[in-house]
Amino acid sequence: MPLLTPRANPSKLMQWAAPPIAIIATLLTATVLFYALNKPPLQAFYVFFIEPLETANGWSELALKASPLILIAQGLALGFRARIYNIGAEGQLLMGAICASGVAIYTDGMTGDWILPLMVLAGAIGGGLWGALPAWLKTRFNAEETLTTLMLTYVAIQLLAWLVSSPWRDPGGSNFPQSIMFSEAALFAPLFEGLRINSSVLITLLSIPLFWLFVKRSFLAYQLAVGGQAPSASRYAGFSAQRTVWISLVVSGITAGIAGAAEAAGPVGQLTLSLSPGYGFAAIIVAWVGRLHPIGIVFSGLLMALIYIGGEAAQVSMQLPSAVSWLFQGMLLFFLLGADAFVDFRLKRRNPNPFGIKEGKA
Amino acid sequence: MIEHLIPVLIGTLAAATPLIFAGLGELVAEKSGVINLGVEGMMLIGAVAGFGAALHWGLVAGFIAGALAGALAALPFALLTLSLGANQAASGLALTIFGSGLSAFVGQYLVSESLPGLQPWPIPGLSAIPVIGPIFFNQTVVVYLSYAAAIIVTWVLAKTRWGLVLRAVGESPEAAHTIGYPVTAIRYGAVCFGGAMAGIAGAYLSTVYTPLWVQNMTAGRGWIAVALVVFATWKPLRLLLGAYLFGGMTILQLHAQGLGVDLPSQLLSAIPYVATIVVLVLISRDRNLLLLNLPASLGKPFIPGG
Repeated sequence: MPLLTPRANPSKLMQWAAPPIAIIATLLTATVLFYALNKPPLQAFYVFFIEPLETANGWSELALKASPLILIAQGLALGFRARIYNIGAEGQLLMGAICASGVAIYTDGMTGDWILPLMVLAGAIGGGLWGALPAWLKTRFNAEETLTTLMLTYVAIQLLAWLVSSPWRDPGGSNFPQSIMFSEAALFAPLFEGLRINSSVLITLLSIPLFWLFVKRSFLAYQLAVGGQAPSASRYAGFSAQRTVWISLVVSGITAGIAGAAEAAGPVGQLTLSLSPGYGFAAIIVAWVGRLHPIGIVFSGLLMALIYIGGEAAQVSMQLPSAVSWLFQGMLLFFLLGADAFVDFRLKRRNPNPFGIKEGKA
Repeated sequence: MIEHLIPVLIGTLAAATPLIFAGLGELVAEKSGVINLGVEGMMLIGAVAGFGAALHWGLVAGFIAGALAGALAALPFALLTLSLGANQAASGLALTIFGSGLSAFVGQYLVSESLPGLQPWPIPGLSAIPVIGPIFFNQTVVVYLSYAAAIIVTWVLAKTRWGLVLRAVGESPEAAHTIGYPVTAIRYGAVCFGGAMAGIAGAYLSTVYTPLWVQNMTAGRGWIAVALVVFATWKPLRLLLGAYLFGGMTILQLHAQGLGVDLPSQLLSAIPYVATIVVLVLISRDRNLLLLNLPASLGKPFIPGG
């Protein structure tokens, strides 16, 4: 028995109401979960959503976590609009971090204003190439980008593991699989005294109007979106499908690569195995919850950063495992996809066929 | 030489077993027209449920729990994509993220536990055949079940009415609906079967293969299983071959040093993932081959009357 019936026109209201509905549904489920675990839900929500924002340090951490999420999601959204599903941003982020760290390690001890920009450039190239590879495989050999981008993520993880455990391992750092701490010339300067927030967030701030302008004003972005929504119309208009694939994957690779460089040269300050707490995967959800819209992504990025920070706080003060933030991220996307159904469909009000007589059998 | 190869090949079959179960399940779901990218998440949920149940009630209970948990985990995906017409790629991804979080969350209580595993059970007579015997017929019961599963799925898809209806639903849901088949219900069944098989694959990893619970222990095997279905061009027996190929690569990295390959272990660990890409490229470059075998409605939502 189908529950839904199509709307005549997609509901504009539901399009923007779906994310808040999904957030509320996630919170309600979380309440049940906290009850089941004998943790008072109100205290849990306080720890998750209020406490991190009571101090300047909390806001600084929020910006630090939101920055990579927003930057990566901007790039991903471009591809998602064109229905090119890059789900390997995590690998592109790691390649960006690896390339940027290479610069930092080989210029160690040097000073100069050129080192940091060179690192960001190296990160962009590393991430961009890691995105270009699946684009080539897709355009040349027709290989599904969902699978190739994800497989390349695992390859990047192994490459990182090898680098930090042998050629780039800190010779003075006992036996931990990590590189040397970068020197000052290879680190983003803190924005405020005593807080970890650094100038790399300016890159993200700059990216927001750039992506907004690109999406709203450029013919190229229009072509990309048409290619995703109406492939045959796009072909008829002569828009190149191959170019769509290349732009989607390379741009999202570049944003992820820059985010990786900013992590290595920012809060982490070295190359380590645990460089990214899954930002590349979380950014997929950020892009979706933000409606693939450059401004919407800012809000969903901040929300996701809060879930990350809240998860860490809950781990310390309530003995909840940190996996709880992954659980919430997955639930949020589930609920959003469910709520999204009501953009194009509405519930059947009354059963028009109460006796279940099959059509066409009269 | 052959004496050195036999242990490698025995290990290959064991390593291929989770890929066979998860791959066959995904194959059936895709034959019905639904692509589920949540295999990795369902495997993890099956692994943690199977491990927990096996710890308390034994191995058989572990596998039953793994299958049930996997099928249950497939339900929200089925609800979203089949009843609500949601995007299948995004819903599958959500399932993988959710499964990774849920299994880590539940699994925190199981991290220090371990299971005895399972001894091989040589099949009398067959296991005495030189070379083939010790490789194929001196394995654990679960490996034998993987042979059976491949044969049963092949037979059901090709020779039975059920298989015919399933394929019809995957090729043309509109036509199947017009004739009077409950397309949505059949797809629910296929997706849940895929979940149960992924759950069994996960339970095998955590109760027999490792046998431990480790966070994210599937390490991409669910995604490799999805790739294997494409590699097999949606044919179950080719999937079996593909799984052995990949099982072999997983095992080869353990024996590489002994075989004189001098590469760092981390780079050897990357081989199965690189191989997946290579294999995908080889099979996908022939567009006609894919189009001929691809279930025609794969990935497209179907809402009756919608």
